[in-house]
Amino acid sequence: MTVSPQPASVRTLDTEPDTEPVLNKGGQGSELVGRSPGQLMWRRFKRDRTGMVSAVVVLMFFVVGLLAPVISWLYGKDPYTLYGQESLDLLDDFSFPTGKFGGMSGEHWFGIEPGLGRDIFIQLVYGIRNSLLIGLAVTAATVVTGILVGVTAGYMGGKTDYWLGRLIDFLLAFPSTLFFVAFMPVVVALFVSPEDETPTYVRVLALFLVLWFLGWMGLARLMRGETLSLREREFIEAAKVSGAPPWRIIRKELLPNLVTPILVQSTYMLPAAVTAEAGLSFLGVGLLEPTPDWGRMFALAGKVYENDPTYMFFPGVAMVIFVVCFNLLGDSLRDAFDPKAGR
Amino acid sequence: MSNDTTTATADAGTPLRDAVPGTALLEVEGLTKHFPIYGGFPVKRRVGAVQAVDGIDLAVHEGESFGLVGESGCGKSTTGRLLTRLLEPTGGRITYNGQDITHAGRKQLAPIRSEIQMIFQDPYSSLNPRQTVGSIIGGPMEINGMNPPGGREMRVRELLETVGLNPEHYNRFPHEFSGGQRQRIGVARALALEPKLIVADEPVSALDVSIQAQVVNLLQNLQRELGIAFLFIAHDLAVVRHFSQRVAVMYLGKIVEVGDRDSIYNRPRHPYTHALLSAVPEATVTAARDGEGRERIRLAGDVPSPINPPSGCRFRTRCWKAQDRCAKEEPPLIRLGGNREGHLTACHFPEEPTTAAREEDVILDPALLAAEKGTGAGSAGPVGKVDR
Repeated sequence: MTVSPQPASVRTLDTEPDTEPVLNKGGQGSELVGRSPGQLMWRRFKRDRTGMVSAVVVLMFFVVGLLAPVISWLYGKDPYTLYGQESLDLLDDFSFPTGKFGGMSGEHWFGIEPGLGRDIFIQLVYGIRNSLLIGLAVTAATVVTGILVGVTAGYMGGKTDYWLGRLIDFLLAFPSTLFFVAFMPVVVALFVSPEDETPTYVRVLALFLVLWFLGWMGLARLMRGETLSLREREFIEAAKVSGAPPWRIIRKELLPNLVTPILVQSTYMLPAAVTAEAGLSFLGVGLLEPTPDWGRMFALAGKVYENDPTYMFFPGVAMVIFVVCFNLLGDSLRDAFDPKAGR
Repeated sequence: MSNDTTTATADAGTPLRDAVPGTALLEVEGLTKHFPIYGGFPVKRRVGAVQAVDGIDLAVHEGESFGLVGESGCGKSTTGRLLTRLLEPTGGRITYNGQDITHAGRKQLAPIRSEIQMIFQDPYSSLNPRQTVGSIIGGPMEINGMNPPGGREMRVRELLETVGLNPEHYNRFPHEFSGGQRQRIGVARALALEPKLIVADEPVSALDVSIQAQVVNLLQNLQRELGIAFLFIAHDLAVVRHFSQRVAVMYLGKIVEVGDRDSIYNRPRHPYTHALLSAVPEATVTAARDGEGRERIRLAGDVPSPINPPSGCRFRTRCWKAQDRCAKEEPPLIRLGGNREGHLTACHFPEEPTTAAREEDVILDPALLAAEKGTGAGSAGPVGKVDR
């Protein structure tokens, strides 16, 4: 490979910025500037405007969730105080907000909850916090389980693969929503006797367990398929020929190639977990009063939407934005991670 | 890159260098690999086996290049994977430097791993797309705990230079390279452990012809300068002729003929070797006139299924010399009268040791025969002869 000497200025960065490092063939002995995979990914991601906007929005949801107590302090309200009961002019005789648009005002930005009269804005902030934390925990657990089971099945093959596959089939055959609804009380009863009052953390734990139990199979199947196809690739054989132990092959050769599907799948799974949690609360088997919860806001909004449609608006719009942005972020991440998806 | 690339006549003047006296580095006896086939309902059971490799013997000496040729599906690649122990042999013995590695586990193989390396066929799937060139080539050193003076990165840069790449490509990814460059990276990875034997599994068949020559010349230089022994698996006879001092011809999981380059290419005895050689296109002007001066043999059909190979001699179903004996008795791989030492042939009715033109071409394909003979070919027997 002789490279004909050419002026350094011939090649510019504009043509192919991320695959063509700065070349300096002028003979000054300067090195090619190599870029690490992370840098390349970041460069590709930065150019994707949709991805950046989605990332910022998603990040904002997380910031809002994490800083909920701070927001509450700055805002001067908390999610438990019944403002409608304290001040009599906020709710009318039928317990609906007196003001226009669900009682929106400088004091209560998103209005007042019909019935109990709590502040909707801080309810939503805390609802996002709770749903997001549970969703995050569920996603982390399902992703780890999915990777473990899928890669094990794909890499070991044979009997292991067969039986893990049957287990996945079995669990996938469960009607999941029905299972969630039916098993929430059962799981709660495992920890607390039905006569006692259930602490909130037990309900959270039960939600987590139920969602995790039926959440990991999709990713596991995906991982198994990907591993199966990667396992036969020659670079895996090359690693074996140089004596690499199986753990190293999985860690260094397989997993880096699985990052894209894992990441993309997780960014689809997180909003799904959040909506599933919200759905269970909506159905009345998730978080109970008075714990603020995103899904339960929909449940109440559904009951009162004829008289107070504004109440549905903010939780609904927040949920739509959250799910859409997360999915767009997933797509952008997939593009950024794939070096060959040059656009 | 020099001009003396793979022409079929490149080695005409060097027959003496062909005989390599070195000691056997890798010895194989009766190596067998049968892939089981499962079927049946409801209980799956073993219903047969693909006899991919069925009892082959060979020896690769230190510093020599041993070529393994044959049609697609004859078990060449399986043999390569058995020798590097990517596959578990069903039977036979593999001995490396006097040590039996037939069924050695990963830990037992560890010290030998660095000495037997492999170059793969497909440069696109043999490099991990998520790793930089540096970590692809440096990985084997890391696994084997090698710390060359000056550090691994230094050594990788050296290797890149050795295989004709820019050492500054250290941080690049495989997708930034062409097929030929990728194959060079594969070669550098194989060299990283300073192996004594490299199994090259069709290292150039996925490349452009012009790039093939570059890579073959690179491998040849490495073999000469570093004294690395090669087991060179290929289906391109011209490439093997250019590269290998000894050649074995495989057919349906068996070696049918083995010998030094000159014997195989100029004095072949097995009918299959004759057929293979007659199929090599000649690039010279005189040869352009339809195989003048060379024999012409055209086989009919495909290699029989390795699930149920023919009895006796496996080539008999496509051989124009086949007789009853061929179906009953499997011909042993022996040195025939008139053969050089080390030139072994497995045939009951060997051909004359020449590749010169015959009086009649051997054409076993009825359709082709009809086309060659024009209208009067309808009554041709199973073996047709076309007068020259």
